[in-house]
Amino acid sequence: MSSQDIPEENLPAEQDAHGAVGVADEKDPFADPGLPPHEHRVQDIDERAARRSERTVAMLFTVSMLATVGFIASYVAVPHDKAIYVFPIGRINALNFALGLTLGVALFAIGAGAVHWARTLMSDEEIADERHPIEASPEVRAKVHADFKQGAKESALGRRKLIRNTMFGALALFPLSGVMLLRDLGPLPGTKLRHTLWSKGKLLVNMNTNEPLRASDVAVGSLTFAKPEGLEEHDEEFQTEIAKAALMIVRIQPDNIKDKRELEWSHEGIVAYSKICTHVGCPISLYEQQTHHVLCPCHQSTFDLSDGARVIFGPAGHALPQLRIGVNDEGYLEALGDFEEPVGPAFWERG
Amino acid sequence: MSTTNTPDSRSSREKAPAGERVADWADGRLGIYSLAKANMRKIFPDHWSFMLGEICLYSFIIIILTGVYLTLFFHPSMNEVEYHGSYVPLQGQLMSEAFNSTMHISFDVRGGLLIRQIHHWAALIFLAGMFVHMMRVFFTGAFRKPREVNWLFGFLLFVLGMFTGFTGYSLPDDLLSGTGVRFMEGAVLSVPIVGTYLSFFLFGGEFPGGDFVARFYSIHVLLLPGIMLGLVVGHLILVFYHKHTQFAGPGKTNNNVVGMPLLPVYMAKAGGFFFLVFGVIAVVSAIASINPIWAMGPYRPDQVSTGAQPDWYMGFSEGLIRVMPGWEINFWGHTLVLGVFIPLIIFPLVLVAIAVYPFIESWVTGDKREHHILDRPRNAPTRTAFGVAWITWYMVLLIGGGNDLWATHFHLSINTITWFVRVAFFVAPVLAFIATKRICLGLQRRDKDKVLHGRESGIIKRLPHGEFIEVHEPLSQEQLHTLTSHEQYEPAAIGATVDENGVERKVKGSEKLRAKLSESYYGEESQIAKPTIEEYKEITSGHGHH
Amino acid sequence: MKKLSARRRHPLAALVVLLLALACTGGLYAAFAPAGKAQADETAQSLAIDEGKKLYAVGCASCHGTGGQGTSDGPSLVGVGAAAVDFQVGTGRMPAQQPGAQVPKKKVIYTQAEIDQLAAYISSLGAGPTVPTEADYGPDGADIAKGGELFRTNCAQCHNFTGKGGALTHGKFAPDLEGVDPKHLYEAMQTGPQNMPSFPDTTLSVQNKKDIIAYLNAVNGDDTESPGGLELGGLGPVSEGLFAWIFGLGALIAVAVWVAARTAKAKKS
Repeated sequence: MSSQDIPEENLPAEQDAHGAVGVADEKDPFADPGLPPHEHRVQDIDERAARRSERTVAMLFTVSMLATVGFIASYVAVPHDKAIYVFPIGRINALNFALGLTLGVALFAIGAGAVHWARTLMSDEEIADERHPIEASPEVRAKVHADFKQGAKESALGRRKLIRNTMFGALALFPLSGVMLLRDLGPLPGTKLRHTLWSKGKLLVNMNTNEPLRASDVAVGSLTFAKPEGLEEHDEEFQTEIAKAALMIVRIQPDNIKDKRELEWSHEGIVAYSKICTHVGCPISLYEQQTHHVLCPCHQSTFDLSDGARVIFGPAGHALPQLRIGVNDEGYLEALGDFEEPVGPAFWERG
Repeated sequence: MSTTNTPDSRSSREKAPAGERVADWADGRLGIYSLAKANMRKIFPDHWSFMLGEICLYSFIIIILTGVYLTLFFHPSMNEVEYHGSYVPLQGQLMSEAFNSTMHISFDVRGGLLIRQIHHWAALIFLAGMFVHMMRVFFTGAFRKPREVNWLFGFLLFVLGMFTGFTGYSLPDDLLSGTGVRFMEGAVLSVPIVGTYLSFFLFGGEFPGGDFVARFYSIHVLLLPGIMLGLVVGHLILVFYHKHTQFAGPGKTNNNVVGMPLLPVYMAKAGGFFFLVFGVIAVVSAIASINPIWAMGPYRPDQVSTGAQPDWYMGFSEGLIRVMPGWEINFWGHTLVLGVFIPLIIFPLVLVAIAVYPFIESWVTGDKREHHILDRPRNAPTRTAFGVAWITWYMVLLIGGGNDLWATHFHLSINTITWFVRVAFFVAPVLAFIATKRICLGLQRRDKDKVLHGRESGIIKRLPHGEFIEVHEPLSQEQLHTLTSHEQYEPAAIGATVDENGVERKVKGSEKLRAKLSESYYGEESQIAKPTIEEYKEITSGHGHH
Repeated sequence: MKKLSARRRHPLAALVVLLLALACTGGLYAAFAPAGKAQADETAQSLAIDEGKKLYAVGCASCHGTGGQGTSDGPSLVGVGAAAVDFQVGTGRMPAQQPGAQVPKKKVIYTQAEIDQLAAYISSLGAGPTVPTEADYGPDGADIAKGGELFRTNCAQCHNFTGKGGALTHGKFAPDLEGVDPKHLYEAMQTGPQNMPSFPDTTLSVQNKKDIIAYLNAVNGDDTESPGGLELGGLGPVSEGLFAWIFGLGALIAVAVWVAARTAKAKKS
């Protein structure tokens, strides 16, 4: 808003050139000069400017009304599954875009109108308000203390110790009922974390095809995931069971396996490791077939699958448990027992 | 209208406008006039940084409004269902009802996706707003007496906001959030002695079980927001009661507050700002996608994606857990999972470090006065340096929490980043502390120069004898006052070691520590003595000098 | 109007200069950044193994040995099959330019005909997976949702939910799968290039691969819809958090500055 056409007589007297003769107080140049005099805005002295502001505010409120109408129109008119291309955002849902923009404009315009109104048309004179100390005066303080002492004395709590002690006892004990009630939030752990669905003779079922795996199916350098035979996606306990039983199967040239026990528990270089990270339980499976390293995508624990899956980097505390496997008469891979140690994150009773 | 029960009240009431009559009615029952007398023209100072708290308040209101809408459609259940909604790449997939209903909200409820996105964006902005607001309060010293309690309220809101956010993020039971819940289970399991039990009680048995969505739901929509609402109300009442702080300036003292009255200016600005915040968040939600659960798929404990991260406010805990070495101690048939448990302990300590700072500072200064004039960060170098060191610490951990993405996007090795964060966790805050303190002192020196020699005007003048000088403009008294009004503490000395009877008293260790800290806060190394009137007069009286 | 020089001590002057400098640097960089040069290709005609052998001798033998037996610089190619050649050369990964954590995909320097010749030659060294046909990786008969489940089980751990790629150890990475030819996706699964494990047909059937490719096309293809708006890289909470801070909170702070700023005062100019 230019001040070009403001009537000359309405303009305030020309200000002193900025900061030229600043220091008024000779004695203490740093003293507080007090609130600076109020300066007028264009709108304060020029009614035309004020009317312009008024029109701007009214326009913003009108824009808001139109945007709300637009919101209702889009809600009714735009199909909820229509996709449109908007540059530079890409292909997006038309309804979400239309509703969001109209709602945003409707709200923003109300806010912008109100603020513009406050900034240009409401008084902008700064006012000083006195503060009062938060703390009470000494008289009030003394009175409250005296009242409290009087009350405490009348209750005789200090004198009748038996009442006091039993009351504290009662108050301290009753929350225990609440704590008790939390007991049935869940069963006791028992040895549940130590066992999985794997047991001797269970076939390794390919997660992809839902068929038992043959040793000949697994090539060197390949990566396969398996679940225990009999566990189906529709089972009620599927999530809980797969959270422990998930298996990662890779085949490494037997010569490249450094750990003796690993080789022993493998079948011709086919090794089966728990897919659940021993750090905090993410399904670890970022297998690099040349280095035989497997990385956890959550916290980057790295295990060497050619060396007993020992930890070579990151926050995991122990190696991935290996499942001992063999081949049955028909050539299918089978487990030779459960994991010998608990799978997944470590816990106090793990030992 | 105070005479409502006199015989002629009837006629006077008829004359009064309707609004006035309603107000009278309410006053007779609620005493609103006394309340309004104190507050209607309450003064609020104007500064953009004083509105950061409002951003938080308004996004909190937006979260509640949109959250109520979402509860109308969301089913907090982990029963398994098959998806048959309109998103093709998931049709026929098994998922929990929670995920299914979130898909329904996103694809089959008109405007549902928008409300979901507003809810989530507002949550991220709420937490980011609280963080910045907290830092504003910290760096300007607005936490000092009488506002320490309100600082704690705000801190609690931040922490509760983090957990409300985390539980909400977990509700859709998608593959990303499920991975986060799994992490939480692992963290709970690491707690010595009771960890396994806690985990079983939290999840109703083994992970994931069928309970946690329903449990998180009641925590997310009822328990935590209820507490937060109470804290927000308390926070606001205290802001009103204490009256707002203000920056130093002409006419502004510790005993007044200068600004605009609540009615009408502040009402219009603050009320308008609510709509502005809501509008901006709605537009953000129209143009930017957040938490696209359809792309992530339903949770299965045997599936995972790279880039598994929590929302940003939990990012520093993610950083802690990622960079921790894998320490594990086995003894007597038990396992101490330090690799997880130590980060779990440091997580609250990081937050508490900043929360308790006001109490440490007030103990060091021993200052029992009320403070309503804000410090400029440079005038409290040690505090500012501490704050910057803390932010650096936090940011280093945030970087650690996203190490895989920094690796792919800047072509770095994830292992190198992890090692960098491990070192920076200890080193970066110290460096930040030293650098910040130096910068603050430099700025203090510049202020002093400005006061004594004026502002460099950029005008080069050639003197008759050929010398070139830059003309310095003297400052106005307003500016001089603003630049010199801050207080400077003297380092606290240990009191007399000999009492009035000549008996030597024992100096307590805490006293020695306090004296030492005070020296490091306010000693010669830590602040530039502000210019005195004498210095100023001596320089300005020397005519012709610049 | 004051002279520009008089304003150079203005408190905001430093900021203005910084912004100008940044704008200039960015502009200059955009103007002079090396543009991708179009490369003229010549087409070879013959499909004979002999032609492939000649190409091999020139482009590959230095690392993989004159008979494909491998050297210390490159693995043996005996038995890798035509599919591996088609993938490695067809995506420009081979011939490799420099040793590093991982050989990245680059501009393809051979024509498809030359690649076929090379593949024919390598296949003649020892049998291996053949180049898949459209029937293997085409969209007909694919189950997108099943593909999604398979992708999340087998691929997402490295390549992200929708194939945006991710980090591996020591600077290696799983690449973004956007815009990758379905044939190459199939070959990659089949042959397991570099550190990627292979998913042979015996464990991930042809139909499984077809489903996965169809899923990828649905969620990371040219026509993929991002219903909520900007995808923000599809990287999850990190980019969302950055967006919330920079654009969300940034916009709100800008608005707050406007709300709290003092209105311009009337002054004689």
